[in-house]
Amino acid sequence: MSMSKVIGIGAAPKRKEDLRFVTGRGNYVADIKRPGMVFGAFLRSPHAHARLEAIDVTAARAMAGVVAIYTGEDLKADNVGGLPVGWGIHGKDGNPMKEPPHPPIAHGKVRHVGDAVAFVVADSVEQARSAAEVIEVQYEILPAVVSVVEALQAGAPAVYDDIPDNLCCDWELGDAAAVEAAFADAAHVASIELVNNRLIGNPMEPRAAIGEYDFASGQHTLWTTSQFPHVVRFLMGEFVLHIPQHKLRVVAPDVGGGFGVKQFHYAEEAVVTWAAAKLGRPVKWVCERSEGFLSDAHGRDHFTEADLALDESGKFLGLRVRTLANMGGYLSTFGPNIPTNLYAPLLSGVYRMPAIHCSVKVVFTNTVPVDAYRGAGRPEATFVLERLVDVAAIEMGIDKRAIRRRNMIPTEAYPYQTPVIVEYDSGDPIGCLDRAEKLADVDGFEQRRLESARRGKHRGLGLSTYVEACGLAPSRLAGSLGARGGLYESATVRVHPTGAVTVLIGTHNHGQGHETTFAQIVSDRLGVPFEDIDIVCGDTAKVQFGMGTYGSRSLVVGGAALSKAADKVILKGRKIAAHQLEADLGDIVFEAGEFSVAGTDRKKKFTEIAGAAYVPFDYPLETLEPGLEEQAYYDPVNFTYPGGAHFAEVEIDPDTGTVTLERYTAVDDVGTIINPMIVEGQLQGGIAQGVGQALFEHAVYDESSGQLLSGSFMDYCMPRADNFPAIVVAPHSTTCTHTPMGVKGCGECGTIGSPAAVINAVVDALQPLGITHVDMPATPNRIWNIIRNSRAALAAE
Amino acid sequence: MEISLTLNARPISISVEPAMLLVELLREQLSLTGTHVGCDTSQCGACLVHFNGESVKSCTMLAISADGGSVMTVEGLSAAGLAKLHPMQQAFHDNHGLQCGFCTPGMLMSAVDLVGRNPDPSETEVRDWLEGNLCRCTGYHNIVKSVIAGAAAMRDAK
Repeated sequence: MSMSKVIGIGAAPKRKEDLRFVTGRGNYVADIKRPGMVFGAFLRSPHAHARLEAIDVTAARAMAGVVAIYTGEDLKADNVGGLPVGWGIHGKDGNPMKEPPHPPIAHGKVRHVGDAVAFVVADSVEQARSAAEVIEVQYEILPAVVSVVEALQAGAPAVYDDIPDNLCCDWELGDAAAVEAAFADAAHVASIELVNNRLIGNPMEPRAAIGEYDFASGQHTLWTTSQFPHVVRFLMGEFVLHIPQHKLRVVAPDVGGGFGVKQFHYAEEAVVTWAAAKLGRPVKWVCERSEGFLSDAHGRDHFTEADLALDESGKFLGLRVRTLANMGGYLSTFGPNIPTNLYAPLLSGVYRMPAIHCSVKVVFTNTVPVDAYRGAGRPEATFVLERLVDVAAIEMGIDKRAIRRRNMIPTEAYPYQTPVIVEYDSGDPIGCLDRAEKLADVDGFEQRRLESARRGKHRGLGLSTYVEACGLAPSRLAGSLGARGGLYESATVRVHPTGAVTVLIGTHNHGQGHETTFAQIVSDRLGVPFEDIDIVCGDTAKVQFGMGTYGSRSLVVGGAALSKAADKVILKGRKIAAHQLEADLGDIVFEAGEFSVAGTDRKKKFTEIAGAAYVPFDYPLETLEPGLEEQAYYDPVNFTYPGGAHFAEVEIDPDTGTVTLERYTAVDDVGTIINPMIVEGQLQGGIAQGVGQALFEHAVYDESSGQLLSGSFMDYCMPRADNFPAIVVAPHSTTCTHTPMGVKGCGECGTIGSPAAVINAVVDALQPLGITHVDMPATPNRIWNIIRNSRAALAAE
Repeated sequence: MEISLTLNARPISISVEPAMLLVELLREQLSLTGTHVGCDTSQCGACLVHFNGESVKSCTMLAISADGGSVMTVEGLSAAGLAKLHPMQQAFHDNHGLQCGFCTPGMLMSAVDLVGRNPDPSETEVRDWLEGNLCRCTGYHNIVKSVIAGAAAMRDAK
C-alpha cells in the first residue's frame, strides 16, 4: 500500500481500487439486495421479424410467485416513451435520418431475435423465468434481412413498413469533385472490398438493473451497469418515463467492464424503474450471458469498397470510400454517429491525403442494434486505410514502411488540417514508426521467416499506423455534427477542514483506474498526500453532473475539469493566505503544498489554509466565503489525436489454417502520461480486443432465419490467455497542445491499431500464395480454405 | 435439504433447494458476492472456487454436492482475512493484474490452484492453465505476470 506522500504525474502507484476487488468486496449491481426486492425476467422474441398478433399471459400470471406481467401495450398505455437517440445525422440531401420509435418492450412488431416482448416479475428469478416460458405469443412470422448488402436490394424485407428501402440515412463527407480529379490524375489506383466483422463487446460483467421507488419522497432510484449514469438519468427521466430529474437517482456502482456496451440507455433500465414504481417494490433484473448476446448493442458490421489514388512515386492523391453500415432493428443511443462522424473524419490517418470522399449508407436490418464498441468507427477507418495502403504497396512494388513514410505528416507540419473536418494538433507518426520497428526487431524478421519456413510454416509481418479522435468532445463542433447534448465534463474538488480531499467527478470508473490516476492529478496539483484523496463517481445523488466515460474522454475531458477545479482551489487558497500573511494576492505563490509570500520565508501549509477556510476567524470574510470546495466544467476546444504504429507478427500452419500471434509491438503517442502502469494496461487490453476481432470474434446471423448463430461463449470465440504472446507496448509521446496537462487519452488506441496490423501480417504471410486480402476473423477454417483454393488456382495455371 | 460443509475454514449447516447451484448458495443465500457469474455455459471462470482444495466452476456444481466437503471462496483466500492479502492477491495488486475486477476472483482462485500443483509454472504453463478463465480488460498480459510473481511469493512463504 502507498505511503503518506505526494504521488504525482508520471508516477506509477499501485491502484487504490484494487483492494476491494482482490478480496471479493466489489459492489456490482448483481451483488446488491434491497428490502422486499422482487425479480424480473424478459420474454424475448425467438423470431427476427414478426407481427405480434396476440399475447396471452393468463396461464403465466397464475403461476407460483408471479407478481406481475407487463407487455409493450401496458407501457404504451401508461405513456412510456421510446428510447431516444442522442445523435441525429443528416443525409447528403439535407434530410434528417429516419428515426423510428424504439419502445422498451415491443408492440406491433418485433424486429430482431431478442427483442423484448414481455417482462415478468416474480418472487424469485426462477419463478419469473418459468412464467415467461408459459406466456403464449402469437407471431405472424415475416421474412427477415440481416445483412446490409441484402437489406438494400430491391424487394428486400422492410424492417419498417414506412421505410421500404431500409435506408436510415445516406450520408457523405468530403469533396467528391476533388477526389474525382485526383483519380483522373493518378498513376495507380489501388482498390479493396472488405467486411468489418460484427462484434459483441462482452464485458465480463453482464448488464443488470434494479429499480426502486419511495412513495413518501416520490424518489425513483435505478442501480445500473452504466458508463454514464447522469446521461441515463436525463434520457430515461426526460424522454421515456417522464420523471423529473430531481426525483430520479441513477447509481452505477462498480461496473465490470464497459467497452462502449454500457454507454447506451437500455430498455431494461426503464422497465425495472417503471415496474418498481407500479409495484412499490424494488425490481431486479440481471442479464444472462446468452440474453446479453441478444440484447447488448453490437459493434462494427460494415461492408466497404475503397480506392486509393497514387502518383508514380507512391504519394497519395485521393481516397474514395463507400460503406454500408448496419444499424440493426432500432437506433441505439449513439448508433448513427459511429459509422459516420466517428469514421469518415479519421480516413486521412497519419498521412497527407489531399482529397477524401466517403459515403455511408446507414441501414436497418433485423438484427440487434449496433452502436459504439471500443474504438467505435475509428478501428473501421483505420482498417480500410491501412489495408488499402498495403495493397497499394504490393501492387506498386514499394516497401510497406517506405510508402507510409513517404506519405506521413512530418511532426513539424502539425497542426495539420485534414480535408475531413478534423485538425490534428500534434503528433509524430514517423517517430512512432521508427521506434516501433526497432522494438519489433523488424530487421530480424527475415531470419525468423526463414526459420518458420524450415518448419513448413508461413510467417508474416504486419504494420498498421493509426490516428484517432478522442476526448469526446468539443460541444459546439459535436452539435454541428448532430449531437443532441453537450460533451463537456465536470469535477468538484472538496477540500475537507483537515486538508484531505474528496473529488466528485462525472466520468465513470469501470476498470480504467480513475481512482488512482485522478488522485495523482490532485496530489500533484495540491501537494496533498495520495492516500488522503478519494475519487467519487457513478451516483447522480453525489456527483453534480457528468457525461460519463467513453471515447477515451475521462482523463482528457474529466481530468481537465479536475485540473481546472484544482486551479480554483489554489486561487482561493492564495486569497486566504494573502489575508493571513498580510501580503498582496499577486505575491502569494503556491508550490509543493505551501502558500508563501514570494521571496520570503513566510508561508502557510495547505492544511492550515484548509482549516482556516472552515474555521474562519483569521479570514477575509468581507470579501470571501468560507469553505474550500470548487467545481469546474470543461468543454474541450478540439478532439485529441492519439496515434501510433503497431507491428504484428504471425505464423500460419498451412495444414490446419491456424494463425498464431507470435509477437506484438505497439508504440503509441498518448500525450502526457499520468500513470504509465495504467496506460500500459489499457494498451495491452485494447490490443487484445483488436486481435480478437482480427483472429477470433464474429457475430454471425443466419441469413434466412435471422437467428444469431454465435449466441454464447461456446459459439462466439473470445480471446483467451493462450492466444497471446507477451505484448510489447512503449510510448512515443508528443504533448497535446490544447488540453491542460497535454494528455490525449489511451483507452481505445490498442483496439484501433491492432486489427489492421494483424490482418496485414496474415496477408503478408500468405502473399507467396498470391493472396492480397483476408477478411476478419482469420479463423483456421477461413485460412485453410484460402490456402487450399489458392493452391488449386496456382496448380491450374 | 440440510447440508453441512466447511466454508472458508468455518463449519456451516444450511438448508438448500435441491436444484440450487453452488454459486447461487454462495451469492444469494450466503451473500458471498465475491464469486461472480459471467456466463451461462461454464466458459468464463468468474465463478471459480475451490472445492476440497481444487478449482471448480461453482456454476456447474449443485450446492448439495458440496455436502461434507470444503469450499473456499475469494473472501476466504487470505487466512489472515483483510489484515493481510494472500501472496497471490498481493501479486495481482503489485502487477496491475486486474482492471474492472470482475474476473479477478476466478483468476485468483484458479492461479492458487495452479501453484498448488505446479509451484514454479512457466509463462506457457500459466497461459494454458488460465484457458478456462476469460478476461476482457487486461489482454492477460499482466495477469500472467501476476501469477508468475504470485507463485514466487507463495514459494517464498513456504
